[in-house]
Amino acid sequence: MREVAILGVGQTKFGELWDRSFREIGIEAGLQALVDAKLSSADLNALFLGNMASGSLIDQEHIAPLILDYAGLGGRHLPAVRVEGGGASGALALHQGYLAVASGLYDYVVVGGAEKLTDVPDATASDITSSTADHEWEVVFGATLAGLWALIARRHMHDFGTTREELARVPVHDHAMGSKNPLAHFRNKLTLEQVLGAGAVAEPLGVLDCAPLSDGAAAVVLGPLEVARRHTDTPIRIAASQVACDTMALHHRKEVTTLESTVVAAQRAFTQARRAPRDVKVAEIHDAYSISALVALEDLGFVEKGRAGPAFASGQFAPGASLTVNPSGGLKAQGCPFGAVGVAQVVELVRQLRGEAKDRQVAGADLALAHDVGGTGATSVVHLLERAG
Amino acid sequence: MKAGIVSYGAYVPRYRITPKEIGRVWGSDGEAMGQGLNVYRKSVPSPDEDTITISTEALRTALVRGAIDPQQIGAVYVGSESHPYAVKPSATVVAQAVGATPNLTAADFEFACKAGTAAIQTCLGLVGAEMVRYGVAIGTDTSQGAPGDALEYSASAGGAAFVIGREHVICSVLRTLSYTTDTPDFWRREGQKYPSHGGRFTGEPAYFRHVTECAHQVMKASGTSAKDYQHVVFHQPNGKFPQRVGRQLGFSEAQMRYGLVTPFIGNTYSGAALIGLANVLDHAGPGERILMVGYGSGAGSDGFDLETTDEIARFDRSFGKPVQWYLDQGQELTYAVYAKFRGKIHMGED
Repeated sequence: MREVAILGVGQTKFGELWDRSFREIGIEAGLQALVDAKLSSADLNALFLGNMASGSLIDQEHIAPLILDYAGLGGRHLPAVRVEGGGASGALALHQGYLAVASGLYDYVVVGGAEKLTDVPDATASDITSSTADHEWEVVFGATLAGLWALIARRHMHDFGTTREELARVPVHDHAMGSKNPLAHFRNKLTLEQVLGAGAVAEPLGVLDCAPLSDGAAAVVLGPLEVARRHTDTPIRIAASQVACDTMALHHRKEVTTLESTVVAAQRAFTQARRAPRDVKVAEIHDAYSISALVALEDLGFVEKGRAGPAFASGQFAPGASLTVNPSGGLKAQGCPFGAVGVAQVVELVRQLRGEAKDRQVAGADLALAHDVGGTGATSVVHLLERAG
Repeated sequence: MKAGIVSYGAYVPRYRITPKEIGRVWGSDGEAMGQGLNVYRKSVPSPDEDTITISTEALRTALVRGAIDPQQIGAVYVGSESHPYAVKPSATVVAQAVGATPNLTAADFEFACKAGTAAIQTCLGLVGAEMVRYGVAIGTDTSQGAPGDALEYSASAGGAAFVIGREHVICSVLRTLSYTTDTPDFWRREGQKYPSHGGRFTGEPAYFRHVTECAHQVMKASGTSAKDYQHVVFHQPNGKFPQRVGRQLGFSEAQMRYGLVTPFIGNTYSGAALIGLANVLDHAGPGERILMVGYGSGAGSDGFDLETTDEIARFDRSFGKPVQWYLDQGQELTYAVYAKFRGKIHMGED
């Protein structure tokens, strides 16, 4: 297997992009990444595109060749593949792109993630995103993603004494981070009181505990590490790319407060990279709901099971700590265009590792972790990234 | 502009329902919903009321107040998105009911919530060109939101009629202009019972963009700013949007006081801005400047720079009810009776 590097990154603004089409944002992110990698489209060998539900959201399937076509590459007959894994679609696409370059079959691939959630009414979008849980055994009985994560939150509070206030610290942190990110959906800061006072979505989770429905796209260009310096002074090596899956339905898990897919994907990733959680300086973790972030910190090995609430509230993951999480603002503040999320996490981490993250730069960032989840953890994807020596 | 408002009348059905009562049925916190929308009650038409009866009631009031001979009316336009018939005009029924037929032109207008202000502009043209002596512009609706939909908390019924003429003008139209785009924020297709809407899309790119742009353009063309107006009236799909747009444009609560009626009667769609204007005229003395900006989904805004004249001091408002009466009174219904009145209960084969 060849070593794989990230040579270029690109991302659109996240938000309610009512005046922009799916193909437009997909192409914008991809072209930004190509320019950043100092590559022309003639150098490309393949496209992998992460997307959760374009058929339901914009009435368009078969979107990977669509993006190539509208990028002016229709006549080049490149392979283009759409990758779907619920909310983890983007990270899963990166995994596929990584395998393709690592295998030696392709040299240069673009990995994109794109989603347009605001072309359908909010209730429809909620139905569609909830279908990333088990439709037959969860959703038809009325469960939504928010409802299922609320069950996880309730149990976490019951088993470990996690408090409502500790949950609310997550969106406060995310919005503080997002306020420094020009691409973020939300750039307003939140107070603890605002989060606690917001209307309930699925108790204990309120409106401000939940990531928004966003539009957006992100892309990275991958290539062999051995030639990376031709394209960039700061190639970023993919030190690990791991995927793990679990039961679709929450009620089939041994414990609902642990996402075993995350535990296993993280263990595999640290083994592959020969590193440990304590080595990670900056991480983008799945925080679609405030409870998601706390569970992720535990399952990734950054804090003991059950202790994430107090640890987060004490500032253990804030800027200046040994590990800073979600400098982009996370899904909560940067935004949550499902299929784009996993790629956008990596875009942010590449900027952090290159030292290009401006006023949200995490000092000394040399090893970064990206964690993306589909549904309630039926799929977890963990990537470890580091500056190539 | 020589043509202006010579008389007006408003009508709102007597029944009311509260957001709390609606929420009770759907398992929602209706009271919080109402507070969020700044809507405390909405009007409900009786089973025997529709756009035609409401329009007729409002126009009769206007004709008596202005002592206008209906046979001198040369045009009747009824603006609504809830005309009782898809094919067969409301305007002819209204014209016949007030005795204005047969020597006049009549038509129905539809532009979501701004069909009434569009009708005023058309009448200003006809009257200004001296093609007719009086033109009647009416904005009325009995619109509905789908059961349980957010719209159900605000969609109500009511209307106002304005007589446009050249003699005894009580309110001059100094300027009117429109701002129109193709913006699909709210729609109802042929045969559909309830409208569809784009959720949050109905806000920034739709209502706020059009109302704000139109207001700016009117004030720029007139060389005015917010402080030059005693009153301002906006389209008011709820009580919150007009307050926000008013603040953004620099208007005070005092300037918005009379023009904002939706919190007490709900969103009367084509009637909303016009009932607000009627309420302003109920309270205005001579020489008061009024900015009115309507909005219709689809989308467009009609802006009017208005000024009351000395004639308004002599205008006899005693016939018919003032708008304030409709805001204050009302008989509250349970959801069950409301559902019956609004035809939401399936009665078997008709």
